[in-house]
Amino acid sequence: MNPGGLDYNYEDWTTIMNMTAKTSVLNLTQEEFIYPGNRACSGCGLSILYRIGLKALGRDCIFVVPPSCLTVMQGLFPIAATQMPVLNCTFASTAAIATGVRAAMKRLGRDTQVVAWAGDGGTSDIGIQALSGALERVEDIIYICYDNEAYMNTGVQRSGTTPQGTLTTTTPLSGKAEASKNIPAIIAAHNPAYLATCSASYPLDFHDKLLKAKEIKGLKYLHIQTPCPPGWGCEERMTVEIGRTAVETGLFDLYEIEDGQMKLSGPSQKLLGKTSLRPVREYLEMQVRFKALSDEQINVMQAEIDQKWAGYRDTF
Amino acid sequence: MPDPRFKILTSASTSGPGDAGRTGSWRVERPVIDMDRCIPAKTGKHACHLCWLYCPDNVVSKDLEPTIDLEYCKGCGICAQECPAQAIEMIPDADFIKGADRE
Repeated sequence: MNPGGLDYNYEDWTTIMNMTAKTSVLNLTQEEFIYPGNRACSGCGLSILYRIGLKALGRDCIFVVPPSCLTVMQGLFPIAATQMPVLNCTFASTAAIATGVRAAMKRLGRDTQVVAWAGDGGTSDIGIQALSGALERVEDIIYICYDNEAYMNTGVQRSGTTPQGTLTTTTPLSGKAEASKNIPAIIAAHNPAYLATCSASYPLDFHDKLLKAKEIKGLKYLHIQTPCPPGWGCEERMTVEIGRTAVETGLFDLYEIEDGQMKLSGPSQKLLGKTSLRPVREYLEMQVRFKALSDEQINVMQAEIDQKWAGYRDTF
Repeated sequence: MPDPRFKILTSASTSGPGDAGRTGSWRVERPVIDMDRCIPAKTGKHACHLCWLYCPDNVVSKDLEPTIDLEYCKGCGICAQECPAQAIEMIPDADFIKGADRE
């Protein structure tokens, strides 16, 4: 067996994955589960996540997808871009339908992984009651929320997770007045089996967290910040760069919560050793949607981040 | 015994490439790899492959000399932005049209 080599099949790869704690670009499988030529925008952050996430989940899974960019991406009749079964459902019922599919699989005696993959609107605004119910019943599903911080699929309307001061088509002049919801914290209050935050700019981190989630019983929730070039107002090539800046400035932190214990992971953990982080202004200036922010608002934002990280340095 | 009409009644899609057509036509700039700078091509060993990892549309191959499927490449330029050796350059697609006269 040669973990660094590239000629091995899926079974070999799974064994290698179990042997090595961390996936690298070299031992990530070459097998693709999604076809090129789908309807995702050029430079889509979700495309990267979906492609790498499917590699971690493997073929034995069923997706439950509410209306979102992912519905567009998975393909329109008669061609589907995804090679796995996808069940489309209504906005509010994602977690409920995933529960039903999981129950059907249990009845059939199959271990098939049921993955609910919704956007931030489908998770934080419309689908939250079904998700909260599934969390309370401790259903054995994986729930993935890709957070592009607005309703991107329908034309960039504000959502519950849109940050304060962001320009969207429904807050076009002075930006959103209200602060955003902290969805991972709401989910964490339900004491899920596993909770993790990821970023589209660190697909390998996401891959490893999914592998971990697959092994755990109970509801696993993954929250992913997903840069969106048309909605965020940046060049298509900047997708990965912007997501990375969000993590390196300390604005978005990557962590996992297991058995109630919070742990910073990989890229965010490295920041603990640094005395000063990159200023958040660098992240904000990359995007058109933050044009309406005043200097005062940016300073408040920076102060909040500094305070958060001072707290992290004390705890970890 | 499942209902034999089930297959007729459902409208399940079959998976395949190009559900949005040849998305290469969306492209304005085309990525061109300089093999003298590309790390795996230069060293002859499997290393880096970041263009393959970050490509949203899986059109970059994980070979020693990476190739790009221009039929479906949407030309986002993430590969050029993320390449640590700056081996990928985005060149306007119009330059490749035969007989193009760009002064």
